[in-house]
Amino acid sequence: MFAAGTFSNRSSNRSSNRSPDGSPAGRGLMLPELGQFSLILAGCLAMAGAALGLLGHRFVFGGLSPATVQQGVSSVVLGQFAFSLLAFVALVTGFLQDDFSVDYIAGHSNSLLPWYYKISATWGGHEGSFLLWILTMTLWMVAVVLRRVNYPVSLYNKVMGILCLLNLGFLAFALLTSNPFVRLVPFTPAEGADLNPLLQDFGLIVHPPMLYAGYIGLAVPFAFAVAAMLEDRVDSTWARWSRPWSNAAWAFLTLGITLGSWWAYYELGWGGWWFWDPSENASFMPWLAATALIHSLAVTEKRGTFKSWTLLLAIAGFSLSLLGGFIIRSGVLTSVHAFAVDPQRGVFILIFLAVVVGSALTLYAIRAGGHRAYVGFALFSREFFMLINNVILVVALAVVLWGTLAPIGYQLADQHISIGPPFFDAFFVPLMLVLALALGLVPWLNWKRTPWPRLRASLVRTVPGVLIAGVLVVYVIAPDRLVVAAALILSLWIVLSHGLNFYQRYRAGSWPPLAYWGMTLAHLGFAVTISGVAVTATQSIEEDVRMAPGEQVQLGKATVNFTGVREVQGPNYVAQQGVFIVSSADGSTFILRPEKRRYLAGGNIMTEAGIQAGLLADTYISMGEALNQGAWAVRLHYKPLVRWVWLGAVLMALGAGLAIFDPRYRRLRQRQTKDSPRAVHSSATTHPPRAGKGQAV
Amino acid sequence: MNPKRKRRLYMVVFLFVAISGTTAALMVALEQNINMFYPPNEIVGGQAPRAVQIRAGGMVREGSVVRSDNSLAVRFTLTDHQGADFVVHYEGILPDLFREGQGILVQGKLQQDGSFQANEVLAKHDENYMPPELMDLAHEGDKSGGPAGEAIPGSGYGPKSGTEI
Repeated sequence: MFAAGTFSNRSSNRSSNRSPDGSPAGRGLMLPELGQFSLILAGCLAMAGAALGLLGHRFVFGGLSPATVQQGVSSVVLGQFAFSLLAFVALVTGFLQDDFSVDYIAGHSNSLLPWYYKISATWGGHEGSFLLWILTMTLWMVAVVLRRVNYPVSLYNKVMGILCLLNLGFLAFALLTSNPFVRLVPFTPAEGADLNPLLQDFGLIVHPPMLYAGYIGLAVPFAFAVAAMLEDRVDSTWARWSRPWSNAAWAFLTLGITLGSWWAYYELGWGGWWFWDPSENASFMPWLAATALIHSLAVTEKRGTFKSWTLLLAIAGFSLSLLGGFIIRSGVLTSVHAFAVDPQRGVFILIFLAVVVGSALTLYAIRAGGHRAYVGFALFSREFFMLINNVILVVALAVVLWGTLAPIGYQLADQHISIGPPFFDAFFVPLMLVLALALGLVPWLNWKRTPWPRLRASLVRTVPGVLIAGVLVVYVIAPDRLVVAAALILSLWIVLSHGLNFYQRYRAGSWPPLAYWGMTLAHLGFAVTISGVAVTATQSIEEDVRMAPGEQVQLGKATVNFTGVREVQGPNYVAQQGVFIVSSADGSTFILRPEKRRYLAGGNIMTEAGIQAGLLADTYISMGEALNQGAWAVRLHYKPLVRWVWLGAVLMALGAGLAIFDPRYRRLRQRQTKDSPRAVHSSATTHPPRAGKGQAV
Repeated sequence: MNPKRKRRLYMVVFLFVAISGTTAALMVALEQNINMFYPPNEIVGGQAPRAVQIRAGGMVREGSVVRSDNSLAVRFTLTDHQGADFVVHYEGILPDLFREGQGILVQGKLQQDGSFQANEVLAKHDENYMPPELMDLAHEGDKSGGPAGEAIPGSGYGPKSGTEI
C-alpha cells in the first residue's frame, strides 16, 4: 500500500537555505505523514458512513433509529471533510515550504516558482489534483448535510451512505495508486523539476477547481437517484430535491469548461478555443448529459412524468464524469492533459466505473420499470419541447462518445487513428441549429398543451422582426455560408422571443420568479454562444507569416507593424518579447507584446500570446520560432465575437445559479415540517437557514 | 389497438429510426474523417495510401531541418532509425516542442514522389509525454542505441526530468 519507510523518522540532512523556516524542528512536523494519515482516517470514516447510512437502520446494534443514523452519518461526513482538508493543507504547506523530499512536490514545483503558482501546483499533477477531487467531494457532502432538514430522514441517510461509498472509492484510489505524500528518501533532490509552464497561469489556478466542482457535483443527483430507487419513491418531490443540486453541478461544470476553453485560447498559442481533444470531450460528455438532466428533471417535477428517463440521465451524468476521469488519467488517448499517465490507475478507475455503473443500472432495471406514467401532452407543449431538447442532447452525446472512444477500439486492433474536428462539426452544426429553432418557441409554451391563439400572437410579433433583422444580418455581414446566417437569425429569434415574453410578464404586473429569470438568462446565453461560435469560426482572419523587424503586414482592415524583439526577465523564465504596433480600421492604435519564454528549471519553451481583447473582436498575435536574419514566424489572428463564446456560457451558468435560489426550493422546509412528522426530528439538529449557502462552495 | 399500445408502438418505431439513423450517419462521418496512423517503414514501404489524409510520425533526423529564406516553408526528415526515412514538407509555424531528434506526428497527404505534404505538425505537449503512436518507436530507438536526444521514459510516470537525484 505504502512503503513503511515513509513513516520512518527522517533525519533532516538537507541544506535548508531555501526553506523559509530552515530549522530541522520545522521539518519535524512531518506534514506529509500527517497528510497521509489524515487520508487514511478519512477513508475509515467514509467506510463507517457508508455502512451507517445504507445499513445502519437494520444491522448496526440490531437497527438504529433513523434519527440516530442521521446524526451519526452527518458527523462522519464532517469528519471526512476535516481530514481531507487537513491532508490538502499539508500538501499545500509542503509546496510553500519547497519540501522536495516529497516525490510529488519535487516533480511539480521549484523554488523559483512564485508563491501563488506553488499553491496552484498542488493540483497541477495527477496525485494532487485527485486530492483536490476528494476535498471537493467532501465539500459537496457537507453542503448536503447543511440542507438535510429538507429531506426525509431515511432518504437522506441513503443519500449520505451512497456519497460516503463513492468517497471511499476515491480515497482508496488516492491511497493505493496516487498517493501525493510519497517521500523520496534517502536521496532527496535539492531542487524541484518545476511545474509544467503551460500550467503556470491564472487559468490553471481556477479551471480545475471549477471543473471538479462540476464533475463531482453530479455525484449528488446520482446519489439522490439511487437513494430514491432504493426507497422506491421516484416521484415529483424527489425531482424537486434533486433539481438545485443538478443545477449547481451543471453551473460549475459550465464554468469549468469555459475556463478551460479560455485558458487553451490564450495559453496554447494556437488561437483556437475548442479542439475536440479527448480531455475536452471528457468534460463535454457529462455536460451534455447534465444539460439533458436539468431539463428532464423539470418535467418530472412539474408533471410527474419522464421519471425513468430522468433516473437514467442522473446515472449517466455521473458515470460520464468517471469515464472522463478514466480517459484523462489512464492515458489510453492522446490528449493535451495526459501529462502523467499510468495504466494501473486506468484499471482502477475502470473497475470503479464498472462497479458504480453496473450496480446503479442493475438497481434501475429492477426498480425503474414501475415508474411508468402515461401523461398525455400535445405537440406544442413544454413536455414535447423538453423531449426535443433531450433527444438532441443525447444524440450529441452519442456523437461525442463515439468520436472519443472509437480510437480506443481501433487501438485494440493495433491500429492508430485520430478523429478530427470535421467529424464533430458535421453533427453539431445541424443539431444545434434544430435546438435553437425549438428554443425560440419555448417561453410561450404551456405544460400539456398551448392554445393556438397564444402561440400565434407570439409568432406574429417575433417572426417579422427576426426576418427583417435576418435580412440585415445577411446583407451587412454577408456571411459566405448559409449556416452562419441561420445561426445568427435563430439566435436573434431566441433573444426576441424570450425578451418579449419577459416584457409581457413584467407588464402584466407579476414579478417573474427567480427560476424564470434563470431560464431566460441561460437561454439567452445559449443564443450568445452560438452567435459567437458561428461568427468566430467562419469570419476570423488568420495569417501565419514570416516577419522581420520593421516589416508591416495587413490583417483584414488593420495594419500590424513589427518593431522588434527585446529580452525580458521573468521570475522563473527569460522571454523574447516581440513588440507589435497594430493600427486598426477605426483609427485606434495599440501595442501587443507576445512572448517566447524559456523556463529556467526545465528549459521548456512556451508561447505567451499578445491579445487585445474586445467585446466585438480580439486581435491575437503569437510568435513561432526565430528564423534567420532576425525574422520571426508570427501568427496573426483577428477573431470577431470570440468572447461571446465564453460570455454566453457564463450567462448560462449564471442562469442555473439564479434558478437554485428560487424561493420554491427554500419553502421546502416548511412544507416538509407540515407534511411529515419525521422531519420534525431532524429540524432539532439543524443549522439555521444559512443552509442555502452550502451550494456556493 | 388501445391507445397505450399505440403510443408505445410509435415510441419504439421513433426510437428505432432515430438510433439507426444516427448510427448510420456516425459510420459515414467516421469513415470520412478518420485519420489512420502509419509508422515510417510503412510510409517508405508503400503500405500507406497516397493522396489521402493520414497521420505519420517519427523522429526528426538531426540536421535535416531546412527553412526557406522568404516564407514559412520548411522541410525535414522523419526517421525510425531503422533505415526508413521520408521527407516532410510543411508551411507554417512549428510547435514549441518541435526539435531535432524528437518524436513528432504529422498530418497530411503522402505525395506521388514519396514525400509527405503536412498540413499539421504535432509535437509532445510535455517533455515527458510521448504520443502512444510513437511509443513502440521510442523503445526500438532506445534498444538500437537511439538518437542522441533526450531519453524517452516508456512508463511515462511523473515528470522527473531536471531533478537532481
